[in-house]
Amino acid sequence: MKHGVVLFHTTSAALRAEKLTVRAGLDVKLVPTPRELSSDCGIALRFAWGEAARVANVLAAGAVEHEVHPMPEQG
Amino acid sequence: MIYLDHAATSWPKPPGVAAAMADFLATAGGNPGRSGHRLSIAAGRIVYDVREALAEWFGVADPMRVLFAANGTHALNVAIQGLLRPGQRVVTGGMEHNSVMRPLRHLQQQGVRVDVVPAAADGSLAPADFAVALHRGADLVVVNHASNVTGTIADVAAIARPAHAAGALLLVDAAQTAGVLPIDLRALGVDLLAFTGHKGLLGPPGTGGLVLADGFDRTRLEPLMRGGTGSGSEHEYQPADLPDRHESGTPNGVGIAGLGAGLAWLRERGLGAVREHELQLCRRLREGLAAIPGVRLFGPLEAESCVAVVSFVLEGRSVGEVGHRLDEQHSVLCRVGLHCAPAAHRSIGTFPAGTVRLAPGPFVTMAQIDTVVAAVAEIASS
Repeated sequence: MKHGVVLFHTTSAALRAEKLTVRAGLDVKLVPTPRELSSDCGIALRFAWGEAARVANVLAAGAVEHEVHPMPEQG
Repeated sequence: MIYLDHAATSWPKPPGVAAAMADFLATAGGNPGRSGHRLSIAAGRIVYDVREALAEWFGVADPMRVLFAANGTHALNVAIQGLLRPGQRVVTGGMEHNSVMRPLRHLQQQGVRVDVVPAAADGSLAPADFAVALHRGADLVVVNHASNVTGTIADVAAIARPAHAAGALLLVDAAQTAGVLPIDLRALGVDLLAFTGHKGLLGPPGTGGLVLADGFDRTRLEPLMRGGTGSGSEHEYQPADLPDRHESGTPNGVGIAGLGAGLAWLRERGLGAVREHELQLCRRLREGLAAIPGVRLFGPLEAESCVAVVSFVLEGRSVGEVGHRLDEQHSVLCRVGLHCAPAAHRSIGTFPAGTVRLAPGPFVTMAQIDTVVAAVAEIASS
């Protein structure tokens, strides 16, 4: 399954995002931030790419600053 | 042993506090926000959950506006030193603790203008006096929500109005009121609130924080400390994001876990029930002490105007002797002297000798209060 990953400026934002998305019934997982994308914050939120719009909506409603990316291919 | 020093630190803590701290060390010992592994995330979740619980407790929508600090003094310094610049003016009240007065007096030497609104002899502050002092404008008002010397509660909402009309921000020192009185930043009109975790909130020492109101312009607050945050690591400049901007260095995760358990106990018990219990204790204590010849009580007469702090002196006895005899002969633990608040003792006329301070907490019983009154009576008559 193709995954997406959400990046954040702070760990607190990542943890808030996890809570909000789990509460919204989304299947997410906190993972180490892929180094290809950023070194901004140590953890990122992985999700099923098909849910990208819902994830973005939940995070916007919770006023969590974030960036959504497709998960880079694992070498 | 009867512990009446809750204004210094609450003891004992609810049993869940030590359990949460032990559990944090045993099962979530990673460094929150520094790594991506499970122990780091587990620690981060605990810290975040307490941050969120505190935001809700203090009436703030954005949990990132709860900034953890080492204690109330640290939080006050984050606010005072982060906001004030030479040439600016700050107005404060006559019941402040040295955790406010010392940073203010230091900044006064750097060119900040400091004006103190006098307090009445019972420790109360008249909002009208603040309005007069604020006619000339100010950048910041700092006020102690309740005195650690007399317990007197300040009418923060009434001070907020003239403060904001003058264009000033309002910083409240909630060392004696967090976990004791209901505090909603929106309802009170507070811009910044400094709290300690180890008093009314029943957490361990080493915890506290600064809460920023949702409407407060966070760019006005410069960091007191800069350093590693686990975020923005490619940059050598401090990040702008909250809470990281003001939380450099590894946080006290184990303490914060304990603070979360203290807060959970309070929520379960109900703040109103704890307050009612402490009011009953203080009424009984004040009535008992007032009947002892030679006792002089300080603070307002009505218990409702105070948090659980009762200050007194005994004619012909030094406060040191009274405190020592309460401890040695009666196993009553309290604090005597100036309570780190010389300004407050000057206001109530007890500087430099100070007072004997009895400060009950949620686990103190009526029977213990009766024992304490009998002990003071015995010391007075001997």
